[in-house]
Amino acid sequence: MSLSISLTVNGDRCDVDLDDPRVTLLDLLRERMALPGTKKGCDRGQCGACTVLVNGRRINSCLTLAVTLNGAEVTTIEGLAAGEDLHPVQTAFIEHDGFQCGYCTPGQIMSAVGLIAEGQAGDDAERIREGMSGNLCRCSAYHGITEAVQDAARRMASADERKSA
Amino acid sequence: MYSFEFARPGSIDEAVKALKAEEAQALGGGQTLIPTLKQRLAAPSVLVSLSGIAEMQGVCVSDDNALCVGGATPHAVVAKEAAKSFPALAGMASRIGDPAVRNRGTVGGSLANNDPSACYPAAALGTGATIKTNAREIAADDYFQGMFATALDEGEIITEVRFPIPEKANYQKFVQPASRFALVGVFVAKYASGVRVAVTGASEDGVFRWTEAEEALSKDFSAKAVEGLKVSADGMISDLHGPAAYRAHLVGVLTGRAVNAAA
Ligand SMILES: Cc1cc2nc3c(=O)[nH]c(=O)nc-3n(C[C@H](O)[C@H](O)[C@H](O)COP(=O)(O)OP(=O)(O)OC[C@H]3O[C@@H](n4cnc5c(N)ncnc54)[C@H](O)[C@@H]3O)c2cc1C
Ligand code: FES
Ligand code: FES
Repeated sequence: MSLSISLTVNGDRCDVDLDDPRVTLLDLLRERMALPGTKKGCDRGQCGACTVLVNGRRINSCLTLAVTLNGAEVTTIEGLAAGEDLHPVQTAFIEHDGFQCGYCTPGQIMSAVGLIAEGQAGDDAERIREGMSGNLCRCSAYHGITEAVQDAARRMASADERKSA
Repeated sequence: MYSFEFARPGSIDEAVKALKAEEAQALGGGQTLIPTLKQRLAAPSVLVSLSGIAEMQGVCVSDDNALCVGGATPHAVVAKEAAKSFPALAGMASRIGDPAVRNRGTVGGSLANNDPSACYPAAALGTGATIKTNAREIAADDYFQGMFATALDEGEIITEVRFPIPEKANYQKFVQPASRFALVGVFVAKYASGVRVAVTGASEDGVFRWTEAEEALSKDFSAKAVEGLKVSADGMISDLHGPAAYRAHLVGVLTGRAVNAAA
């Protein structure tokens, strides 16, 4: 059985030969592609630590078999910054103390990027909390996380306006 | 996970063929099945992914005014695409789990699994939906056969679900805050032919129709009409999140709220 897939990870095209269909996207990233930024918390869909974007939409990489992703475009936390320039969501998390231990943070940030791209939450705090509800934080940095997402959403919206003006 | 072989067919016919293999199993969004495999509670020989079948994707409105949802359509797509044509169903889909789960979990997977606390079974039974498979059409009233049990045969896949669009409807879910499944959920739908009320999360037999409320609401579609009605706590789920009597009480409360919110 051929289990070779071809996918794009953070802009790079990768041809992957899977020796086993059981490999999740999370394990593929962490153990076979040297991208350990995406974290494993529960490994069963409940905590959001493993959140990445697939074709622009957030998913739990622990619940996705890599073999199902032929042709997909994957973005992980390693793919957000442009060189030394952090993504606006990353900057906002630092400025608003959106973390303590940092274990949930890559998932939180990827989820926030997905949420802002969906364009449904605006900067309404309650809707942001609902939109981020799949990402748990044991350190309970929720207050800072919500502020960071609000701030990043505002900054990205005004940057978009400037671009289109 | 025990080891398995993997197939990703491009059509329903190919999927049905692949599922003929002994111990083959369909894979929808994997939001239930992958954790089950990880816990070694299932051991399929072949996993047949339905995610590459274009004819099982998407949402449309049929000539006879039913919302048709492809069996492999994720919840997030239903939440978006049905927002105008069937807001109560879209609202239900938009509150399943969390955004990552909604981007992967599918209507077919939810109905095939028939979790006693899942939302889609209430919507399907509450609208008298038709579950279309590769082999036949099954009425929702015949489809649900108790907790995690359905009328599906081995290797049969849900290719489409048709939800008749009501005059008014609403789904109320009392969220179990950790899992976000329904502690109790009630779907109320008003048709010219009468009112249907389906309850999930409450009974040990899975989703059920609350016929007393249906009769009362068919005569008078108001929260007042169900105020005095009570559901028996016998056979209700009892766990650390809520005892049977609490769930029975919630059924009445949520039905009233659904009627008030119906649009
Ligand atoms: C954290 C979390 C929170 C959740 N919260 C909710 C909630 O609030 N409400 C709710 O209703 N659900 C909830 N779910 C369940 C989820 O939304 C999915 O609906 C559910 O997991 C099943 O869909 P799936 O596509 O992932 O199916 P899978 O996990 O792929 O499959 C489930 C079962 O269905 C079978 N199957 C899959 N597709 C088909 C098909 N087309 N035809 C026949 N058989 C099929 C499989 O063989 C398997 O037995 C939650 C899940 C998670 C992980
Ligand atoms: S590790 Fe994937 S959701 Fe927890
Ligand atoms: S910062 Fe520690 S878990 Fe969120």
